[in-house]
Amino acid sequence: MYRQIVDQISTKVMLGDWPAGYPLPSIRELASSSHVSVITVKRAYLELEHAGVIVTRHGKGSFVAASHDLPRALLRAEMHRHLQAFLGCAAQLGLDTHEIQRLLDAGPDKGVMP
Amino acid sequence: MTVAFALTGIHKQYPQFTLSDISLSLPHGQIMGLVGVNGAGKTTLLRILTGLVRADRGDVRVLGLRMPEDQVAVKADTGFASEDMRLYKSQTLRWHMDLIAAIYPGWDENYARDLLRRFDLKSDQSIGGFSHGQRVKALLLLCFARRPRLLLLDEPTTGLDPVARSEVLEVLSDVLRDETRSVLFSSHNTHDVEQLADSISFLHQGRLIASQDKERFLDDWRRIVCFGDYTPEWPEIAAARRNGSVLELKVRDFCGELPARLAAHGLTVQSVDPMRLEDIFVTTVRAGAPA
Repeated sequence: MYRQIVDQISTKVMLGDWPAGYPLPSIRELASSSHVSVITVKRAYLELEHAGVIVTRHGKGSFVAASHDLPRALLRAEMHRHLQAFLGCAAQLGLDTHEIQRLLDAGPDKGVMP
Repeated sequence: MTVAFALTGIHKQYPQFTLSDISLSLPHGQIMGLVGVNGAGKTTLLRILTGLVRADRGDVRVLGLRMPEDQVAVKADTGFASEDMRLYKSQTLRWHMDLIAAIYPGWDENYARDLLRRFDLKSDQSIGGFSHGQRVKALLLLCFARRPRLLLLDEPTTGLDPVARSEVLEVLSDVLRDETRSVLFSSHNTHDVEQLADSISFLHQGRLIASQDKERFLDDWRRIVCFGDYTPEWPEIAAARRNGSVLELKVRDFCGELPARLAAHGLTVQSVDPMRLEDIFVTTVRAGAPA
């Protein structure tokens, strides 16, 4: 459930609606306005902090991180998630590094799926 | 941190039903969902907290005070709403609002008017003409407009149509803004609980079978679908269902190494997905073991 909040905020940051330094709503405010529990929003903020999207200053609240490259960082994080899912699938299929490399070299839609 | 309520070693015996060994507490500012099938003991538990029922054994503290000894002080700051409460049919909602306002100094008339609008209720209509949903909303209005520090709500969304239910849930989420107000609400509808609750307690046949924060619950459980002949009987597997070579597992205390361990036993893991609270609840009850 916290993923939805993470995605919503990431999208706002990625689109530039919430620029660097922008103050995020307090946890309780966001929970109340989006009708989800406080703990769900807490979890989402923690996740966003780990991903470097936001920073939390004790007693002052949370802000969009002052990275110049935030949209790219978010995209990179997204790609990393896909990559991990891809490698997981490949491992289930029992593919070794060479076969994975061959797939990457061939690119999509080349009909080389093992 | 102080707590909104704390139950320790609560025991209550009826001829047909026993509530046994309940220890449960709710920190200030949190919302707890109490989930259980009909007859699980949810109402008894709430009634013990309100002072309407006296426990045979155990210690009950509400808002730092002892129950039932200090119940007058506790009731001033506690709101209780339950479906079987009756309003006066021949009187209007306004009459009821004035009655409650005369008893409780905390009555917030502006908030009451706001709730009238949001619940789409007419204060000059007599209760006899209200539908079931309107009656439930009227009861909640009378309770919420007092702004009590602890709300005890017995099945607040049961029997409501989808529109009324979301109105009630939206008003309930107002409470989230205030870190000194706490809510315990019971439901057999896990979807309502899943949305708003910070922590969740499962009650079954008079026993507390699980209680922890909601995100932990959702993190701990996974549904795994795999192929192969081996059927693992490991402690973390709460349920296993086989259909030919397809094996569906419901796993508590999920950890990342489990798919590899299944693969090492010759199973091909097809999917690992989080579970909905309802599924977790049903699996827990069927497995008969702690979640």
